[in-house]
Amino acid sequence: MRGLIGLTGRVRHWYGAHPLHLLALLAVFALAGYALRAVVAAGQWRGFAVWFVVAIVAHDLLLFPLYSLADLSLRRLLPARAGGEHSRLTAAAGAAGRADTAGPAGTAGAAPPPSGPPVINYVRVPAAFALLLLLVWFPLILGLSAGTYHRASGLTAEPYLGRWLAVTGVLFLASAAAYAVALRRASARARARKTTVLAGRGR
Amino acid sequence: MTGKRGPGRRDAGGHDELPPARPRAVGTLGAAGRATFLILLAGATAVLAAIGAARRGRALRRRAAGLLERAAGQLSRMTARLSPGALASRLLSHPPPGPFRPSTWRSPLRGLWLTSVLGLVLLGGLTVMAVTGLLSYASYNPRLPGNDETPGGHLLKFYLFSWPTDPAWLYRVNQGIHVTLGLALLPVVLTKLWSVLPKLFSWPPAASAAQALERLSLVMIVGGVLFEFATGILNIQNFYVFPFSFYTAHLYGAWVFIAGFVTHVILKYPHMRAGLRSRSLRRELRTPLSATRPEALDPVGLRAAAPAAPTISRRGLLAAVAGGSLTLAALVAGQSIGGWTRRTALFAPRGLSAAQPGELPVNRTAATIGLTDADVGPAYRLVLVGSRQVSLTRAQVAALPQQSAVLPIACVEGWSVAATWSGVRLTDLARLAGVNHPGGALVESIERKGSFRTADLSAAQVNDPRSMLALRVNDADLPRDHGYPARTVIPAAPGVHNTKWVNKITFTEQA
Repeated sequence: MRGLIGLTGRVRHWYGAHPLHLLALLAVFALAGYALRAVVAAGQWRGFAVWFVVAIVAHDLLLFPLYSLADLSLRRLLPARAGGEHSRLTAAAGAAGRADTAGPAGTAGAAPPPSGPPVINYVRVPAAFALLLLLVWFPLILGLSAGTYHRASGLTAEPYLGRWLAVTGVLFLASAAAYAVALRRASARARARKTTVLAGRGR
Repeated sequence: MTGKRGPGRRDAGGHDELPPARPRAVGTLGAAGRATFLILLAGATAVLAAIGAARRGRALRRRAAGLLERAAGQLSRMTARLSPGALASRLLSHPPPGPFRPSTWRSPLRGLWLTSVLGLVLLGGLTVMAVTGLLSYASYNPRLPGNDETPGGHLLKFYLFSWPTDPAWLYRVNQGIHVTLGLALLPVVLTKLWSVLPKLFSWPPAASAAQALERLSLVMIVGGVLFEFATGILNIQNFYVFPFSFYTAHLYGAWVFIAGFVTHVILKYPHMRAGLRSRSLRRELRTPLSATRPEALDPVGLRAAAPAAPTISRRGLLAAVAGGSLTLAALVAGQSIGGWTRRTALFAPRGLSAAQPGELPVNRTAATIGLTDADVGPAYRLVLVGSRQVSLTRAQVAALPQQSAVLPIACVEGWSVAATWSGVRLTDLARLAGVNHPGGALVESIERKGSFRTADLSAAQVNDPRSMLALRVNDADLPRDHGYPARTVIPAAPGVHNTKWVNKITFTEQA
């Protein structure tokens, strides 16, 4: 028993985790290896491997940086939050000793505070939905698979671009309507607050 | 009716969908893949480095003067430390610029709780995907030699049961769930990957052998999930750009993914449980943007070291993800549900586009297989083989006792449609061929090439009283695209096993 604990300790020392961790990982590597052997047996390993790696690279090093950059640009362009809210948080961040990391938010603090609810999420949510639909259905929307699609189904891929544009339009329209409602509510709240303050002064 | 297409083993000689220059395409893709990988890696690192550098620009300028002073001193000390070991340890303890620096990652929403919630959704959702996927594989009765598309699979193609014919909607529901749920999970997968992406660039790359091995295992789950989603999404749109058979690659890719998934769940389950307990979902759903604060620091290191001010609440992000999932599912589900809902499936390949009155979706047209008038004219014969051989004209088949049944045609691609089929019971045809207790049948089509031009039917499938060689659908002769002069309709079988343009059936006596 003591010998076993000693062995566990030694494995922990050079491996960096419990021996079971190593066994679990080796087991699944064996399973994955077995699946890869089947791919080799099917004579399709090169295409398979390329697509496997390209899928990771395309997401982690292309899609992710692209949508991050788009979101960052949007945040620079559009006020993220109402002024009062924003300066309070910046102050809180400063108090926590993170003033130098506040970055773009810190510089935006100098601009006049925007009124009403922040518009940014009313832009990026419909944009994200529209791009998501495009990401999934681009072969039909852009007609890239129009030929094989027609041969398979007897149907044409022509309507998909129009449908995507229409859905995108509806998404932005709905978002604009939601923003209008939010603006009205915010101004109603502001008016109510003003009235309360005035009433308080009158007393 | 075909779903799975591609240069599989059986159709290596010629294929109706894919361009013939496959091997060359693989070669160029290989080289292009390597080049693209390097370019993307360099480009993405540069972009992320630029973002990080721009953010730190001001602070850097302030510190530049001080740094210059210190640099001189550092230089003299560094020359003393130029031994390879010292250099390596210095490199490992000082992350390179850009995404490798924790300060690049600023989102205040990343954290163990958020990742755990998304992980829990995927734990359930991807498990359903794996189960429905493996069931879909089993539905092809791959044990029967004529149906085996993956002869090299050995242990990966275990068969626990012969695919049942009852309930008739079994395959329809299975595929509808597999495809619709898969699409609905895409936003969750993307958000989950976003929430853990900083870990891809964690520095040093591995602190121990255990960590190195664990990170390597992530290739299986991340690569696996992206590979499965990409091939599935492209296949349902007939976009056959992949240089492999969809059927084979989607199955083996699933096994690589399952291997990674199981490890990941075992290794990360304690973290997920701790994460889920760290905050209350109910309270999160009541917290607006103004009260949204970063999560507590966690041992996994998912929360940003220096989070920026939030621009969306945690509930806002979760609502957006759920909304994205619902949008994707709602605009496609109608192709599986049918009826009036087909009109709501704007993006489904057999949704609104296939909703014209009288329209029955298909997955292989008569024109595609090169069906000629001669094939279906007076010269057409149905050959039945058993203990004796019989050759029948279509009129002779139509003169046999007919039956009707409402049965769905369901495609592996997720769409399905129910129709009233009428024709001759398969057991009646078997008896004509002198087989009184059929144990199976091989159904062949006029199609000269391509996957699934034949189907091996099991005893259960041949003997189900609803299984028939249909001549009519919805009270009219079969349209050519639906298999005129005759097609088989088998309850609960995948679409491609409802063979169209049937000209030969070989029955075997039960052993």
